[in-house]
Amino acid sequence: MLTIKNLHATAGGAEILKGLDLEVKPGEVHAIMGPNGSGKSTLAHVLAGKSGYEVTDGTVTFEGKNLLDLEVEDRARAGLFLGFQYPVEIPGVANNYFLRSALNALRKSRGEEELDAMDFLQLIKQKAALVEMDPKFLTRPVNVGFSGGEKKRNEILQMAVLEPKLAVLDETDSGLDIDALRVVSKGIESLRGPERSIILITHYQRLLDYVVPDVVHVFADGRIVKSGGKELALELEKHGYAAFEPSGAKA
Amino acid sequence: MSPVVARPHPLVEQFAAVQAQRSEPAWLKARRQAALERFQSLGFPTKRDEAWKYTSVAPIAKADLTPADPGHAVDAQALDALRAPGLETHEIVLVDGVFRPEVTRDTGPLPDGVLVQSLAGALESGVVEKHLESHPDRDDLAFAALNAAYFADGVFVFVPKNVTVEKPVHIVHLGSRPERPQLQAPRILIVAETSARVQVLESYGASGEGGLTDAVTEVFVGANARVDHVKLQLEDEQAWHVAAILASIDRDGTFDSHSISIGGAIARNDIRVRFEQPGGSTTLNGLFVVHGEQLADHHTVVDHRVPHCTSRELYKGVLDEKGHGVFDGKVWVRPQAQKTDSVQTNKNLVLSKDAVIDTKPQLEIYADDVRCAHGATIGQIDEDALYYLRARGIGESAARSLLTRGFATDVLDGIEPEPLRAAIQAWLVDKLPGAKELEAE
Repeated sequence: MLTIKNLHATAGGAEILKGLDLEVKPGEVHAIMGPNGSGKSTLAHVLAGKSGYEVTDGTVTFEGKNLLDLEVEDRARAGLFLGFQYPVEIPGVANNYFLRSALNALRKSRGEEELDAMDFLQLIKQKAALVEMDPKFLTRPVNVGFSGGEKKRNEILQMAVLEPKLAVLDETDSGLDIDALRVVSKGIESLRGPERSIILITHYQRLLDYVVPDVVHVFADGRIVKSGGKELALELEKHGYAAFEPSGAKA
Repeated sequence: MSPVVARPHPLVEQFAAVQAQRSEPAWLKARRQAALERFQSLGFPTKRDEAWKYTSVAPIAKADLTPADPGHAVDAQALDALRAPGLETHEIVLVDGVFRPEVTRDTGPLPDGVLVQSLAGALESGVVEKHLESHPDRDDLAFAALNAAYFADGVFVFVPKNVTVEKPVHIVHLGSRPERPQLQAPRILIVAETSARVQVLESYGASGEGGLTDAVTEVFVGANARVDHVKLQLEDEQAWHVAAILASIDRDGTFDSHSISIGGAIARNDIRVRFEQPGGSTTLNGLFVVHGEQLADHHTVVDHRVPHCTSRELYKGVLDEKGHGVFDGKVWVRPQAQKTDSVQTNKNLVLSKDAVIDTKPQLEIYADDVRCAHGATIGQIDEDALYYLRARGIGESAARSLLTRGFATDVLDGIEPEPLRAAIQAWLVDKLPGAKELEAE
């Protein structure tokens, strides 16, 4: 599904990713855990193609394609989804219109028929129920006036509608109360399947009680420094990240 | 050397002959004469005039304009394009400023006592005599004076006391794409008596190169009455459009104006609202969208002359390519106008490095117990929002278009009734930069 080899990337002249390797197979759920400021979000944005990040070395292969050659939208069309740590507010654009435009852009790129407003309404109602979202949020402008939890729920809703092959969820659990975490986790779990892979980028072990990962990675100073099973997360929770941080690095 | 004597403008020279041919009431002839004299003394504005600093009308002043000949053939397709599908209205069609019954759709009876008719056919009315060319805030407007001197026809809308007109009145202004430069000067008079209510939609289209639409709309809002005015200017990109909307609001009356300017090489709107008695309110919203080398200029004046009036103003500009936008909004709060509540905002979205916006929100306050705010912003497409949309698979140009649409549409929020708002929105999204890319996605 996804193969990252020796990935180096800079932002604003500073090297953030320093030789990252990662292999994610279809159906797997990987958790990438690490201290704040270690570059976890940079990894997410480099994968999604945000401008301002420069890949200086290494390769990223997604479904056999060189992911780094693709435009942002073409990565999404190829089946990559990034759940944003800080979802963006878009005044004046209704949530349901935005989602239909996105879904139809994906369908069109796959040569499938676009959904009309009626068919889409059916679909979106069903998906909104999955993340226990009040339908009134569908007609509001994207993320405008949403609470932190509602924004994250909206990310999971988008994922549920767009049905990506690989979802990279960047701190989707941060700042959620236990009810919101439960709902978001349920949404993630429901999308788990043999053909879909998920990368959970998180700072906290708590999410992993609800979405049990196949592999846990410890991310520090721009690369993966240790990998293991789900028990590694518990170990991190107990002992913290200190053991993995280079001496003198910022917390 | 012989002295250089400036030849009067052809429209001044022709006036006496045109006036002689008119069989009109003496009061109107006198008002037309006064207007011509006003135009003569004002002349066409130049960039030396503060109110015209950013907008040159030199091409209009130089053009050999003559009044439009009546009876031009009607472009049926262009006419249909100005009708909103599915929107029920009371329709009246003007071609080059003259009522054309044969192309006006029969839209059923009006409520008792309500008039929507040719202005030229209403000159015997005492209401018309009382109000036409009477708004006090027109003295410095050269084009409005020219309109008064030359209008051949227009529309008279009258709503008697306590009557609500449910369906919007739709005044369709169609140009004729003339072979020689011409002046079309439609004149609209709207009078709503005490506690009356009416919505008026004016749409302008199909005026082409060399055509000057010089429109004046006078609105008299009676006590506790409400007039909603929506103007949609969709003329050809080569057309000239200069218009004044002059409203006067009696006690507790409401005047809401939405001005949407999309077409025209030069499009200038002067919108002036005057509170005559306490308790009135007004909303002035507007949207201008320019590309190519279009210029769209809105000058607005809200005159708080009396206490307890409320004004809300939101103007937005979308500027692409070498488009030029001008917004000048003046709010007067006179010494007597205590408890004035006024907010004015102008926001501009600049899509290209060659586009220009000149914005000048102005507040002049001479009363001390008021709540007033104003401001202007100029910005580009939000890169984070663009990234977010693209990360969901929406192509870049479609994403830009979606964000532009999102920026623009809240200007329409106050339009009532809802079917009219929806119709305007549907119209508008089709005209915004990148609309085609969005459809293609």
